[in-house]
Amino acid sequence: MISATTAGLVLAGILFTLGLISMLIRRNVIFMLVSVEIMLNAAGLAFIVAASRWGQPEGQVMFMFILAMAAAEVSVGLALILQLYHQLKTLDSDEASRMRG
Amino acid sequence: MGIAFYIAAGVAVLSTIMVITRFNIMHALLYFIVSLLSVAVVFYLFGAPFMAALELIIYAGAIMVLIIFFVMMLSLGSQTAGEERSWMTPGVWIGPSVLCIVLLAELVYLMIQPAEIVGEIKVVDPKAVGKSLFGPYILAVELAGMLLMAGIVGAYHLGRQKKKIVHRFLENTSS
Repeated sequence: MISATTAGLVLAGILFTLGLISMLIRRNVIFMLVSVEIMLNAAGLAFIVAASRWGQPEGQVMFMFILAMAAAEVSVGLALILQLYHQLKTLDSDEASRMRG
Repeated sequence: MGIAFYIAAGVAVLSTIMVITRFNIMHALLYFIVSLLSVAVVFYLFGAPFMAALELIIYAGAIMVLIIFFVMMLSLGSQTAGEERSWMTPGVWIGPSVLCIVLLAELVYLMIQPAEIVGEIKVVDPKAVGKSLFGPYILAVELAGMLLMAGIVGAYHLGRQKKKIVHRFLENTSS
């Protein structure tokens, strides 16, 4: 039986790796945004586990900053995807790989 | 800790795998909400109940609903009704529902169980978090506020539709 901290950090690592794999294999822009959310969530889980390991509130403070950052990132990212969809009529990220002025 | 953590972790990993293997974005978002719920249970087990509540309210309640509204807004058209009907088949919602029922059973089990501190987990109460947040980290709080402000302004600026005015004599684009 491994300790609680190790188990939590392993879970965070597994979730982060899944998000990274999804980021690499997907070509839909909304799926890429969701996988960024998965990775941010895993990083927050690691901070919470560290906070409970040391009994200090800094980890939870960092998690609240991650939440605020994720909210701002999602709003700007969705607006960018909206512009991309209106320009290209698709959500394929390979279509947007070339700048055309 | 123990079996409760492993059930929640298993649900989290399983639903995240389902997220990254779905082809329909709505199915993936349903599974991702289940993943967030199970991560909230893990937060609760690690002695951060306030962070679990924030995870539910902000992530599962606000950010996911924003993405779902966005997906629904993009798929306008005549085929929407047929897609809506195909989204509501039992094969779509039976998987997330089963995982949610597992989490609900685990929550009930944790509530009827007497609270105990297990192993090396230290509970950090929200009072200490608030004192730390508005004490040494007040500058970071203000920076987060400015980041959110920039997010609002950026989303408004980027999400604006450019209206194209086409006329025989004057053809120009105005915002």
